[in-house]
Amino acid sequence: MTAQAKAPSLRLARRKAANGLMWGGAVLATLAALVPLGLILYYVAAQGISSLNLAFFTQLPKPVGESGGGMANAVVGSLILVGLASLVGLPIGLLGGIYLAEFGNNRLGWAIRFAADVLSGVPSIVIGMFVLALVVIPMHGVSAVAGGCALGLMMVPIAMRTTEELVRLVPMSLREGSLALGATHWRTIVKVVMQAAKGGVITGVLLAIARIAGEAAPILFTAGSTQWWNLKVTQGPMSSLPVQIYLYAGSPFEEWHRQAWAAALVLVTMVLLLSIAARYATRGRMRLVR
Amino acid sequence: MSAGRPRRRGRLGRANLEDRAFGWSTRLFALCVIAILALLGYVLARAAHPALLMFGWGFLSSSVWDPVREVFGAWPFIWGTLLSSTLALLIAVPISLGAAVFLAELAPPWLRNPISFLVELLAAVPSVVYGLWGLFVLAPMLRPVEAWLGHRLGFLPFFQGSAYGIGMLAAGLILAIMILPIITAVSREVLLAVPRTQREAAYSLGATRWEAIRGPVLRYARAGIMGAVILGLGRALGETMAVTMVIGNTPTTSLSLFSPAYTMPSVLANEFAEATGKLHSAALMEIALLLFGVAILVNAVARLLLWSVGRGAPRGVRE
Amino acid sequence: MPRSAVPEVKANPGPTALHPPKIEVQGLSCYYGRFRALTEVKLTIRERQITALIGPSGCGKSTFLRTLDRMNDVIEGARHEGAVLLDGEDILLPDVDVVALRRRVGMVFQRPNPFPMTIFDNVAYGPRIHGLARGSDLEDLVEDSLKRAALWEEVKDKLRHSAFDLSGGQQQRLCIARVLAVEPEVVLMDEPASALDPISTLRIEELMHELKQHYTIVIVTHNMQQAARVSDETGFFLNGEMIEFGPSTRIFTDPADKRTEDYITGRFG
Repeated sequence: MTAQAKAPSLRLARRKAANGLMWGGAVLATLAALVPLGLILYYVAAQGISSLNLAFFTQLPKPVGESGGGMANAVVGSLILVGLASLVGLPIGLLGGIYLAEFGNNRLGWAIRFAADVLSGVPSIVIGMFVLALVVIPMHGVSAVAGGCALGLMMVPIAMRTTEELVRLVPMSLREGSLALGATHWRTIVKVVMQAAKGGVITGVLLAIARIAGEAAPILFTAGSTQWWNLKVTQGPMSSLPVQIYLYAGSPFEEWHRQAWAAALVLVTMVLLLSIAARYATRGRMRLVR
Repeated sequence: MSAGRPRRRGRLGRANLEDRAFGWSTRLFALCVIAILALLGYVLARAAHPALLMFGWGFLSSSVWDPVREVFGAWPFIWGTLLSSTLALLIAVPISLGAAVFLAELAPPWLRNPISFLVELLAAVPSVVYGLWGLFVLAPMLRPVEAWLGHRLGFLPFFQGSAYGIGMLAAGLILAIMILPIITAVSREVLLAVPRTQREAAYSLGATRWEAIRGPVLRYARAGIMGAVILGLGRALGETMAVTMVIGNTPTTSLSLFSPAYTMPSVLANEFAEATGKLHSAALMEIALLLFGVAILVNAVARLLLWSVGRGAPRGVRE
Repeated sequence: MPRSAVPEVKANPGPTALHPPKIEVQGLSCYYGRFRALTEVKLTIRERQITALIGPSGCGKSTFLRTLDRMNDVIEGARHEGAVLLDGEDILLPDVDVVALRRRVGMVFQRPNPFPMTIFDNVAYGPRIHGLARGSDLEDLVEDSLKRAALWEEVKDKLRHSAFDLSGGQQQRLCIARVLAVEPEVVLMDEPASALDPISTLRIEELMHELKQHYTIVIVTHNMQQAARVSDETGFFLNGEMIEFGPSTRIFTDPADKRTEDYITGRFG
């Protein structure tokens, strides 16, 4: 547009410059947020891959000084702990989520939702100390069960909120169809609604598992760690990948550092695959629970 | 409004019972969450009782932590937690907000989801892996940076002392990276929730993109963004493993970013296994109780802020 | 519908030499992707008059309105052909500065959309970003704009209150004041009273009569009685084409095109 006085042009130019600065700042910030991800993934892959071999998955740790060995017990231990955690956390999470979705539009429901959100913000180490006092001390020792309890507690908020969102997404028409045929409410939910929400619920479970699989703080004092095989879940320590990484990283031994990187690679790969699968399955359908 | 439950009579009274049992059992499971929280507080308080009695409020301000003489004060750990979290926020918030603005307002549609996804992947990386990376990659990288900072800006109290790479700065950086995803993701959602009409009104008055965002859009999103930042703070306060591995685990109250330090979660992780004596354990439990209380408070405030802009309520066809 | 249902028309003076052309639209076509929303529209909007655009839903009148301040630019996949001359210069050219254009051509939307700020800050937003006034000059400008929007008396004691405290009709007048504060030449109104109650609607219409002394006004409305009441010239749109354009007195009493007549007498729409 012509007919602009000189001063307004200058101001306009300044405003445009400010606009450009914003663009630049935002792009820079986004890059700054992505660079660490790249660096971390790169180093984990680079350092881990050189130390990863079959022995990692099949052999026990060797004593200090000897090279070789693996973390077979930690790999199996992590699987056991995740399994136990699911036994504890999923029932509460799934059934609680169903409650919130079907019956939860009242004050109690909102209180429960709020409590779940707050619970998800409790530091994982505090949860570990809680289970320590509640389970380990009465049992006179660490155990896989205790570790499973701690991890299970952490799964509850995610499982609950995810289940609730997905059950809510199932259309009313489906429920009404079942009820109109004379089915009881609970049968409607179990047979019809959960069937419909099946994929999403599985995704929620995967998300919850991804969240806890890498946790070390809650199992430090509840499941402990060990360099040996121990498949007794109610007695004695259960080793796990995250705790092993922590212990090895803090040690002065090069060999153990290498093992730690390998373990990190396994852990990160597993967790990333779970997260990617979960994200892919829910793309566009729902907001991921935080 | 929940789905109508069939109210039938006669032999169908049984169906009513089934449904009621179902309703009650799910309610029971749901109530577990509240029970867990209450139990948490109770158990921690009871375990911390000896220390609470012995040290009272002085526990929070005393810097003496002596297991031998059985005198405990938590101030260095509180200080370490506060400083590392503040540092993390200072670094993360500008980056997160910038990225959130980019993802919500500026990025072309095909770019939005992939990049949001990548940022969220940061949240999937386990804490110990962050610690491992921080210890063996970041800390060595920081050594020359810290040396330079100490050389140039050593007159400031933040950059004094010898620089090992490990210490407060490393912890703050790692924490910042760890809380980036949550602040970015929640802020982005909050920005996306600002009604289109607000932006249109601003553009129709002749505002540039920046002026529209800076004015009505950010105004509208203010409460939600604050909630996002506070959520990030909550994450930073409770982060254990990564911080423990890079902060040096030495109780100090130094302002220097190069100095090693100690946070509340770290001392719990390090000392609990070898806690000597009941008072020592109780003191550590008191720190856990403190962490618990602070985490609850911070998270409650954040969730309330987010709920007030409608970000906490689940969507779905049943509302 | 019987002919007696044709809306009453006030005797508005027709276009005279006092109302030179302000905006000339030449062969305007608009597309959203592959969908053609407007086809070869040609009309002239005269200065300091109220021009109304009527037609059934989806006929393209809002698209047309939004082209006049390039607000369609914010919609993905929108593009246009043809020319729109504001004071003789084509505003559709790619190198036109839309920020400056939108100051000259303001818009009031269908639903009031006040910013989440105080009443004062809402009105002051435009002048602030364009640097039109500061300090006490800004306060005078805000007061003046609120007076022109017939809202001053109601809000002069609560300028620092949130804009959301106002009723729907008041919020819409606030949005009008907000537009007036940037001292535009043209004010576009997209169904400005459709979301309001009848009393607020009448007040807005009275306001339009006052405003047209200083500003060129273009309004889109689906309310024919309203168009007949307030406008000097009217254009009838149908399926993206402008069927007929002319003085409102003629359009509403003796339309030339049968389709216009059908719409006006309520046979469709």
